[in-house]
Amino acid sequence: MRNTLLGLVSRRLGASLLTLLMVSLVIFAITSLLPGDTAQQILGQFATPEQVAALREQLGLNQPAVVRYWHWLSGFVTGDLGQSASNGMAVAQLINDRLPNSLILAGITTVVSVPIAITMGVVAAMCRGGLVDRLLNLVTLSMVAVPEFLVATLAVLIFAVKLDWLPALSYVSTVSSLGDAMKIYAMPVLTLCCVLIAQMARMTRAALIDQLDSPYVEMAQLKGVPPIRRVMRHALPNAVGPIANAVALSLSYLLGGVIIVETIFNYPGIASLMVDAVSNRDLALVQACAMLFCGTYLVLVMMADVCAILSNPRLRNR
Amino acid sequence: MQGESLIVRDLEIVATPDGGEERRIVSRIGFSLDPGDVLALIGESGSGKTTIALAMLGYARRGCRIAGGSVRLGQTEVLSLSAAETRELRGHRVAYIAQSAAAAFNPSRSLMDQVIEAALLHKVMDRQAARNKAIGLFRDLALPDPEHIGERYPHQVSGGQLQRVMAAMALLTDPALVILDEPTTALDVTTQVDVLRAFKRVMRERGTTAIYVSHDLAVVAQMADQVLVLNQGREQEQGRIAEVLERPRHAYTRSLLAATRPHSLHGAKQAAEAGQTLLEVENLGVGYGPVNRDGKPADIVLREIDLSLAQGRSIGVIGESGSGKSTLARAIAGLTAPCHGHVRFAGAPLPPTLRGRTPDQFRRIQMAFQSADNALNPAHSVRRLLSRPLETYFHLDRDARRRRVEELMALVKLPVDLLDRKPGELSGGQKQRVNLARALAAEPDLILCDEVTSALDTVVGAAILELLAELRQALGVAYLFISHDISTVRALCDEVMVLYHGQCVEFGACDEVLGNPRHAYTRQLIGSVPELRPGWLESRAVAG
Amino acid sequence: MNTIKTLTHPKANTPRRLRHGSHLPVAAPLRRNRRRLQLTRWIGLGLFGFWILVALFGPLLAPYPMGAFVSDQIFGGASLAHLLGTDYMGRDMLSRILTGARYTVGLALVAALLSSLVGAGFGMLAVLLPRWLEEAVRRVFDTLISIPSKMMALVMVSAFGASIPLLITATVLSYAPGAFRIAHSLAANLSTMEYVQVAQTRGEGRLYIATREIFPNMIQSVLTDMGMRFVFIVLLLSGMSFLGLGVQPPAADLGSLVRENIGGLSQGALAVIAPALAIGTLTIGANLLIDSLSTSRATHKE
Repeated sequence: MRNTLLGLVSRRLGASLLTLLMVSLVIFAITSLLPGDTAQQILGQFATPEQVAALREQLGLNQPAVVRYWHWLSGFVTGDLGQSASNGMAVAQLINDRLPNSLILAGITTVVSVPIAITMGVVAAMCRGGLVDRLLNLVTLSMVAVPEFLVATLAVLIFAVKLDWLPALSYVSTVSSLGDAMKIYAMPVLTLCCVLIAQMARMTRAALIDQLDSPYVEMAQLKGVPPIRRVMRHALPNAVGPIANAVALSLSYLLGGVIIVETIFNYPGIASLMVDAVSNRDLALVQACAMLFCGTYLVLVMMADVCAILSNPRLRNR
Repeated sequence: MQGESLIVRDLEIVATPDGGEERRIVSRIGFSLDPGDVLALIGESGSGKTTIALAMLGYARRGCRIAGGSVRLGQTEVLSLSAAETRELRGHRVAYIAQSAAAAFNPSRSLMDQVIEAALLHKVMDRQAARNKAIGLFRDLALPDPEHIGERYPHQVSGGQLQRVMAAMALLTDPALVILDEPTTALDVTTQVDVLRAFKRVMRERGTTAIYVSHDLAVVAQMADQVLVLNQGREQEQGRIAEVLERPRHAYTRSLLAATRPHSLHGAKQAAEAGQTLLEVENLGVGYGPVNRDGKPADIVLREIDLSLAQGRSIGVIGESGSGKSTLARAIAGLTAPCHGHVRFAGAPLPPTLRGRTPDQFRRIQMAFQSADNALNPAHSVRRLLSRPLETYFHLDRDARRRRVEELMALVKLPVDLLDRKPGELSGGQKQRVNLARALAAEPDLILCDEVTSALDTVVGAAILELLAELRQALGVAYLFISHDISTVRALCDEVMVLYHGQCVEFGACDEVLGNPRHAYTRQLIGSVPELRPGWLESRAVAG
Repeated sequence: MNTIKTLTHPKANTPRRLRHGSHLPVAAPLRRNRRRLQLTRWIGLGLFGFWILVALFGPLLAPYPMGAFVSDQIFGGASLAHLLGTDYMGRDMLSRILTGARYTVGLALVAALLSSLVGAGFGMLAVLLPRWLEEAVRRVFDTLISIPSKMMALVMVSAFGASIPLLITATVLSYAPGAFRIAHSLAANLSTMEYVQVAQTRGEGRLYIATREIFPNMIQSVLTDMGMRFVFIVLLLSGMSFLGLGVQPPAADLGSLVRENIGGLSQGALAVIAPALAIGTLTIGANLLIDSLSTSRATHKE
């Protein structure tokens, strides 16, 4: 009986891997359909045709696309991500330097936002139609549509310019105390949390209300079960799947938000690295970053699906 | 004895529809029950019977409000209790048994957990005592493996068993009043009998006061002492059950009884002079899943069906859910491909799927589905729904189409001013008539009717049945009439086929098969349909 | 001894009763909810309508040409001459916003329309295709949906450079799959409805079934979906412009206006706040409007 559950989960894993492979194909295809070519780009406009040809040879650009794709992909598996075209450093090294910063930022944001959002969603669902619910609805409905840079600029304006509590830019290297760290992370995390919390709270509320409307919750009410217990013991366990899905979807949105926030606050993370790489058309770096982001996204979505599978009583107690 | 007396006075319940004015959905309802009495609330959809029953728990659904009146249980005035006191009442002194147990049990918690929840919550007894009492009730209710069935989850238990587990849940706290809300409506007839019998025994043994909500007079006749007939939230008639059944005073009660009593529809049968053979089904089988070495699919839903239907005749196909009766209609319609066997229509072989059928074959075989809600496209007007077959089959011009559409409306007895409405604006009965009119537009030789009266109220369904009989006489159309309801088949059909687990167990003239069933299953099926007299359940219990 | 089952035969496909076991309007909202619904609708309509008008007529109303240097003061505050102040080069901010809004709204509208057209078109088509082809189309869209929209845009800009046709292409590539998924599941559900089967047994062709039986029942959901997509596309495109990878100078959408004036943030300049607020009000307005429209429709259906 465990086997079927295991089977479902592993099938889901397999599907994710296959999708990742297809995604890599798309990313490679887009970045290899270039009108110009990498060799020309590296050497600049004043290189002689001979130099370009030599570099093309050296980089293996003369080989057919399939072969190049294979080399690129196997490089990925072995950790050889190629060289940055703009400064000649190994892509793996560049990513390695920046990745921890981004993970910290994303981690703090997740830890802060998920509990707040779920609480808000549960409260709104419990007070459905009441003043609190209507207020939360208006606020979250507006927040989900707000661009990060509006939140960020307003935050800077209020906390850095008018109140002078926080620095406007983040220099991670100068962190020496917990207080410093909080000051630095406060605004980026706040910015990311706004949209994220609104989104997750809305989806949590919807998932919970779906359950609260079901006959078994009415039955619980007719058994004299008090409201809080109805939500916590009866509805919530059945809403775990949809809520996990909501969290995963929102966190994948976080990936997009990080790009803007790191740029605004000059935060030395992987997203600002990628934005620079795009500006410089540093393709090897762009490819690597894109794969990293897409991979993370797929892992999140997959985790949500696995959560849903595991929380489904029909599958769990077969 | 645990039951207490119940006195209800001038109960008023209002609903506030979206943006509209408050509307009274229950008005001036009153009745009184002695301890141990069972009252049936009977009525059709929209009669307010469930709403009244829920008010006994001090509960009104979203959008509804109890506006006035009094509900007095023993010494307690239910409607003036505080929220906390109401909670204390529910699941302790008043218990509720819902219509669909499958939906009313929480899918992620074990049955025992849910059965004893109320008892623990109201501190009636401790966990161990509650478990033991529940197991005892499971045993009394004839549940299999009473010691361990509580460890299972709702999806692991069949519908009939779940319904009994729910009864155990309700009775665990020895409630003064039990509300049963259509507790057997979702069950097959053969299962229903067992559940009714189990309910009745435990309720009698405990002297439970109960309110039994149902649309089915025959079921009510078995379960109740008194009956209250409702229509649109108002009382039509109230009295002892035997009296109301024998001497109904109110016209509405009489119409309900008339629709329920089986009678051969006038003219249905004498029209049936056997004409030429229209449809021949030979060794038909349908299955799904991978095909094994012998060419048989893994999951067989219909096997080796033979039948032949002459012009203007009608064959009824009866069986319970999962018997494959709908699959038979779908296979003939070409919607489901058979895995073996063939069908001939009007002397020519009928291609197994839609592909390859000629326009004439499409025209001559029409299908009428059970739920007119789903069978009529909500985006189209009635006129459009009826015009389209005229366009495709007869290429009529505008004027001719308009005339014909009006003829069709007259044929199914609908006013012409409904033509420009969308299906959403019609009542259930009207929708089913449009559904039939659309089939008739094709001037078909055969209509495959799949449970066409099942989703309708008793009186409305009876009228549709009558219409079918008239149409048959007037137009000479043949029916393959799929139903789970023996009395409709008896009223309309010449011959009947009984399906059980995909197999034909008995086939023959309707009167013969239903009057003198030979196969054990047919006997069980017919014997399980409650009769409209008190005491039938007991007499059957003795016989069976 | 009749047992015509009014409410629920096991196979009775009457969700209106089966689901809640009630014949009452289960989700009938209270009247004040309705009034609140009206309020959000009017706020949404007001904000969104305002920006549509600006997109249509803004450039005509602009007091100065978009690129004209009209003031000596950079990051000037609000004044009678310059209602929204001046930007980092002394240009009139009001004129620049009135002109920039046309890019933001116009580009997003075109991209949303194309996304829905492509997505919903394939979604409908896929239902009609043979099983294996349907599967293949779904695989392609499933792959595309696994690439977050900003990633898709960034990768494409890095490969081809930022230009308006490319931005639209990238947007459609990342938003059409979502539209496809919704349209496809809608169409797949509708195609199992009994009225579609009736049409099939009537011998209707696939094209008739798709356009006449299925499409009219999904158009509203497709339009709502397109509205949501519009909001997300505005956010994506202004985000790209904000990163300097979207609309390129001398043209400027609202996102570019935020970017070029970000230097004034430490002074609290109106030049950076105003365009950011402009985007916010546009997207919030659109979102409120769509939500109130789809909520009121859902309650009407019950």
